[in-house]
Amino acid sequence: MKNQVHSVTFGGIGGQGVLKASEIAGWAAMFDGYHVKKSEVHGMAQRGGSVESHLRFGKKVYSPLISAGGADVLVCFHHEEHPRLRTFLKKGGADLTEYLDRAEAAIDNPRYINTFLVGLLSAKLPIREAAWMKAIEAVFRAEFVPENKRVFLEGRRMAQS
Amino acid sequence: MAKKKTLQKALLSGNEALAYGAYEAGLGVACAYPGTPSTEILETLARFPEVDAQWSVNEKVAFEVALGAAVSGVRSLFACKHVGLNVAMDPLMTSSYTGVNAGFVIIVADDPGMHSSQNEQDTRWVALYSKLPLLEPSCPAEAKAYVKEAFKISERFDTPVMVRMTTRVSHTKEDVALQSREEATRPVFERNIPKYVMVPGHAYQRHIFVEKRLGKLKAYAERTKLNAIERGTSKLGFITSSVPYQYLKDEYPDGSYLKLGMSYPFCDDKIREFAKTVKRLYVVEELDPFLEEHIRSLGVKFTAKDPSFRIGELTPDLIPEVVAGKVKREKRVPKRKPRLCPGCAHWASFAALKKMDAYVAGDIGCYTLACLPPTSALHSCLCMGAGVTFHEGWRKGAPDRKIVGVVGDSTFVHSGITGLINAAYNKTKGVIMILDNSTTAMTGGQQHPATGLTIRNEPTKQLVLEDICRACGADNVDVIDPMNVKEFEALLRKRVSEDALSVVISRRPCRLLKR
Ligand SMILES: Cc1ncc(C[n+]2csc(CCOP(=O)(O)OP(=O)(O)O)c2C)c(N)n1
Ligand code: SF4
Repeated sequence: MKNQVHSVTFGGIGGQGVLKASEIAGWAAMFDGYHVKKSEVHGMAQRGGSVESHLRFGKKVYSPLISAGGADVLVCFHHEEHPRLRTFLKKGGADLTEYLDRAEAAIDNPRYINTFLVGLLSAKLPIREAAWMKAIEAVFRAEFVPENKRVFLEGRRMAQS
Repeated sequence: MAKKKTLQKALLSGNEALAYGAYEAGLGVACAYPGTPSTEILETLARFPEVDAQWSVNEKVAFEVALGAAVSGVRSLFACKHVGLNVAMDPLMTSSYTGVNAGFVIIVADDPGMHSSQNEQDTRWVALYSKLPLLEPSCPAEAKAYVKEAFKISERFDTPVMVRMTTRVSHTKEDVALQSREEATRPVFERNIPKYVMVPGHAYQRHIFVEKRLGKLKAYAERTKLNAIERGTSKLGFITSSVPYQYLKDEYPDGSYLKLGMSYPFCDDKIREFAKTVKRLYVVEELDPFLEEHIRSLGVKFTAKDPSFRIGELTPDLIPEVVAGKVKREKRVPKRKPRLCPGCAHWASFAALKKMDAYVAGDIGCYTLACLPPTSALHSCLCMGAGVTFHEGWRKGAPDRKIVGVVGDSTFVHSGITGLINAAYNKTKGVIMILDNSTTAMTGGQQHPATGLTIRNEPTKQLVLEDICRACGADNVDVIDPMNVKEFEALLRKRVSEDALSVVISRRPCRLLKR
């Protein structure tokens, strides 16, 4: 098997749930049998600063960071962060920023924006739906699992429509 | 938090992986004071009932308690961020002489690029200085494996072992296999005066031991699999350690590698042998020229990074430039800066200080953000505790200025109390403001003695700040909510105008408490 590495850049500002989104995707990739590396920012930046998380998965992954022009998909949570984050995207890569306004309009509770965007993302990645479901179960407390699954599937459908 | 206990594999950060590795190695005691990027090590360990985990008052205390536990016969661990090790340097240096009994591991997380720190010191020099072995994992899976190895090395060679992380390794997540815990066999705890009482005569004998041990560790470094040669093309070779190894492997998949998992003591023979087999050799490391200077002293020819790359973090984008020997181009990508949360009480405290036009000797915590415009009301930040002591120092040269020292509650307990005693003892007057938000907010909200809760959120004896300030010798101690703006300002003005040593405890809980 060729070692194709899939790379996703997540970005936004502290408090938007950027890390949770990459967390769901990271667990999903792992449950689907991939080697996974994912970078995060903790500490000071989480006080409303720029937050970025890189996810890479494949048969074997070395660098946890994505180079400029190396991301297959960009999941951007904030329009103002887009100019900076865009530099990570490959030519021809999928930029989910175009869905951001529609996603915000589609959900009732803004706290679920990250799960919705992950649903959108899921349609762009070679990870099976069952692995995504398992990831949601692993990442959220039991009482929040059903609602997150529902929102996730809504996002997934928006991307597929 | 994912329910990892039932899984065979989990997506773990480097810090979580260290915790799982130590747990599986039969760890008994773990001590730390929080600090990004090392905080999650103890937070993870506190979830294992078999581990006696604690937030200690500061790093020196944490180090000594953990080392003491190792001497008493349980595998123990101390974790800190790079600057935290400075606070623990006193016990660290002599622990090299006493050695251990059960295994003792020192985990230090450096912060290249200063994501959350006041400097980017390179801890690897401490290994050289203290003559302790140093392991450098390059990813979470290695972090887990290396910490287990560290306990073995510690017991085999009677030495504390340093495991050096960086922010990137600590905060990368990777799928890591989980194993079951193996209870370590406990060595007996015996009195051993020549080993544990470091008076000059005993210490001389122990220094002889330390030098012998260093020789044995060097021999071990030559044969351990931690220092691995990966044969690729003979045209291109890299000697590297930590996360740069991962970046290089992506950029130069065909190269040959000597990856140093145990970077001190140096494996000179392996380095020479590897150097002979490659045409062009590069030494690639983050921050200081630690490997570079030593390998050069061996007479080996290689290319190293331009000194401009000693500053900041290396990233995959920079690797080709580093290898090409280019000078670093300082690019400033505008990033959104962190700020105090809306409604944070620190805003109110600093608004009052600004209105008074005070010179504010600052400290480290969320409130350090008050240095940013438009508030710009915090005028120094050196290290933890220095808000209290800089206040005293500044008054020496500028007695006619309105000087206020500020310090967070967690920081005050960590290293502000000694400064307050010093101020009282040396007849200093002035005002120290304790910004008491009842948590260690900057690192994510950890408990400390003045919150009255342990790392596991169990009730314990609470340190009463007003009592300890009085006991230190403060003439006035007031407790006030800074959101009562008028009263707060009036009190501050009054205290600043008096010829007394006053402590104003500005008390209101952090908005993110009990998330
Ligand atoms: C020696 C040392 N240890 C740890 C740290 C990391 N650190 C900096 S300030 C701080 C505590 C902040 O808590 P507090 O003083 O209560 O202020 P808050 O953030 O709650 O406003 C910590 C853990 C450090 N910079 N230096
Ligand atoms: S985390 Fe707490 S102390 Fe820090 S800025 Fe936010 S409200 Fe203030």
